[in-house]
Amino acid sequence: MVSVLLVLATVAAMALHVAFGGTPMAYPDVLRALLGDDSNTRIHLAVTEFRAPRMVAAVVVGACLAAAGAITQTVARNPLASPDLLGVTAGASLGAVTVLVIAGGGHAGLSGLAATVGMPAAAFTAGIASGLAVYLLSYRRGLDSYRLVLAGLGISGLAASLTTWILTLGDVTSAAQALTWMMGSLNGKDWETVRPMAISAAVLLLAAMSSGRWLLLTSLGEDTAVGLGVRIGVVRLVVLALAVLLASVATVTAGPVAFVALASPRIARALTSTVIPSVGVSALVGAIFVLLADTLSANALAAPLPVGVATAVVGAPFLIHLILKYQRRLS
Amino acid sequence: MKTLNLEAGPTDERAPAGPAAPAPPRRKAPRNRTAWFLASVLALLLASALSICIGGQPSSLQEAWHALFTPTGNVMDVTIRELRWPRTVLGICAGICLGLAGTLVQGHTRNPVADPGLLGINQGAALAIVAAIAIAGDLPALAQALLAFAGALVASVLVFMIGSAARYGATPVTLVLAGAAVTALCSGLVAGIVLLNDQALDTLRFWQVGSLAGRTGVLQLVWPFIAAGVVLALLNIRALNALALGADTAVSLGISVLRARAVGIGAVTLLAGTAVTLAGPIAFAGLLVPHITRAITGPDYRWLVPVSPFTGATVVLLADTAGRLIARPGELSVAVVLAVVGAPFFIYLARRKRLQTL
Repeated sequence: MVSVLLVLATVAAMALHVAFGGTPMAYPDVLRALLGDDSNTRIHLAVTEFRAPRMVAAVVVGACLAAAGAITQTVARNPLASPDLLGVTAGASLGAVTVLVIAGGGHAGLSGLAATVGMPAAAFTAGIASGLAVYLLSYRRGLDSYRLVLAGLGISGLAASLTTWILTLGDVTSAAQALTWMMGSLNGKDWETVRPMAISAAVLLLAAMSSGRWLLLTSLGEDTAVGLGVRIGVVRLVVLALAVLLASVATVTAGPVAFVALASPRIARALTSTVIPSVGVSALVGAIFVLLADTLSANALAAPLPVGVATAVVGAPFLIHLILKYQRRLS
Repeated sequence: MKTLNLEAGPTDERAPAGPAAPAPPRRKAPRNRTAWFLASVLALLLASALSICIGGQPSSLQEAWHALFTPTGNVMDVTIRELRWPRTVLGICAGICLGLAGTLVQGHTRNPVADPGLLGINQGAALAIVAAIAIAGDLPALAQALLAFAGALVASVLVFMIGSAARYGATPVTLVLAGAAVTALCSGLVAGIVLLNDQALDTLRFWQVGSLAGRTGVLQLVWPFIAAGVVLALLNIRALNALALGADTAVSLGISVLRARAVGIGAVTLLAGTAVTLAGPIAFAGLLVPHITRAITGPDYRWLVPVSPFTGATVVLLADTAGRLIARPGELSVAVVLAVVGAPFFIYLARRKRLQTL
């Protein structure tokens, strides 16, 4: 029931996202253009070549980040263990920026092989390296939640600082482009960049959703899982790799969009009243979150803002709420 | 993977050590602290000399001396007097502020991973300035400095309030998390404002990367604030030593905790705010310096507070000089160098068996 409602809400958010844009258009015209009516070439072009890919990108980013967050929070059994706090998105962003600067993307952005293979590969490698570093650095006779979070924040700070530096090395001079990699932005997405990401996201999301049983097992704790005859180490490794892949796809698409991965699984859990967040429901919540945030940040003010601004401003109070909640429980 | 729930989280070891059972001294104070103090002054002189002599066109010590004391106006004199010497002075001042602010923050929170840069104070200052410029247009440098203090004050109070909402006060991890949340919030708002306002964007370029390059004019304006911050820090020493035994003990020793905290936050705001106006957001210096200083002087704040400005200035100058050496012919900004050194140290602190309270 919740899932059906969420699917409907996602469709509504997608419609809202497409309906608003730089040039005002009548909604029926937008709908007609979406359905393939190209009698008005201007509207048809604007809708299919600019608004539609951006909308798809928003869905990809939101769904992937939220699914990654659901997995990591479940496996670590820690509501704060999301890819953005664990340094994975910051690391992935660093990887993507490095390729961008080395391959000389500059103003035009990358094209060809470097964009479709190089950047995602680098983002994934760097993302997994930071995730692994955080895991290993915080491992000391078991994992401790506070050590995990502190190591994640340390690696995030390092990666963000290096990203700033690499951006100043390259030809990435426009503030807007730099902000994409610092804040996360969906500006100027076209099909050429969005299509491969959307396909990878679909495959990964299907895999993540079918891992629900495994996630439930890891959430029961080591002893129970071993008692049930599950090779918990392998399971954990596979689902975490999946989470890093998902986060990397999202980061390559839009940069490190903050707090989606942290907040969406919590909201999903509250909606479905389950112990662990369902990956599918989280993905839907994340997609709605990013769609609405992008609609808002792109249209509410005089100039279009990157989506990361909206998610940061909405998400930071949520993190504060989490801190206060667990702080209270401690005392 | 054992207990990963935050519910079972970090504060267990923070059960208040009763005043009846004073904690045994954690580290023996080195025997000859005066010698160490002189050594730290010497280290600062050495770092200054390096900072003056190393650059695009390296100079010898004689040349540096010649330029500073008997200038005749040759190329090297001009280079040193106009470019390097001001930059060195700026580095020293920023280092004094960062080192002292870090020591005070760690002392008041008794948190070994506290750092003004990590606690959102820098971003708070940047947000205040950018927002004011977006509303009121161009502002004189003095107004910018005052705004930076206001922003730093609001951010630090906010972070401490969030981080210490529990009965036992702030734990290391919640304080840093609260800092991360406030930093994210402020940087989101800053990014939003500068994209709407070109004038604010021009100002922000200045803030985005912590660097010592090309900001010498500000110093003449803000040195009174540095002096005030240092004086407040020195006034805070007795209270810091008492607070290190826990707030309850401090009260029984006749310290007004409220007044001590107010003086401390005032000093941190002045020092961290000045550091931001001087050098942009620099994180991790405030984290590293107190640990280095503590290794030299031991945990007594009567030594820590006076020595940490020297170690702070040395650390910032060395980081700046290293950045010029590593990335020749370009340069690595001092904030990046400090992050590369400081982040691993931060993780090392987090890895220690128990995140000891100070």
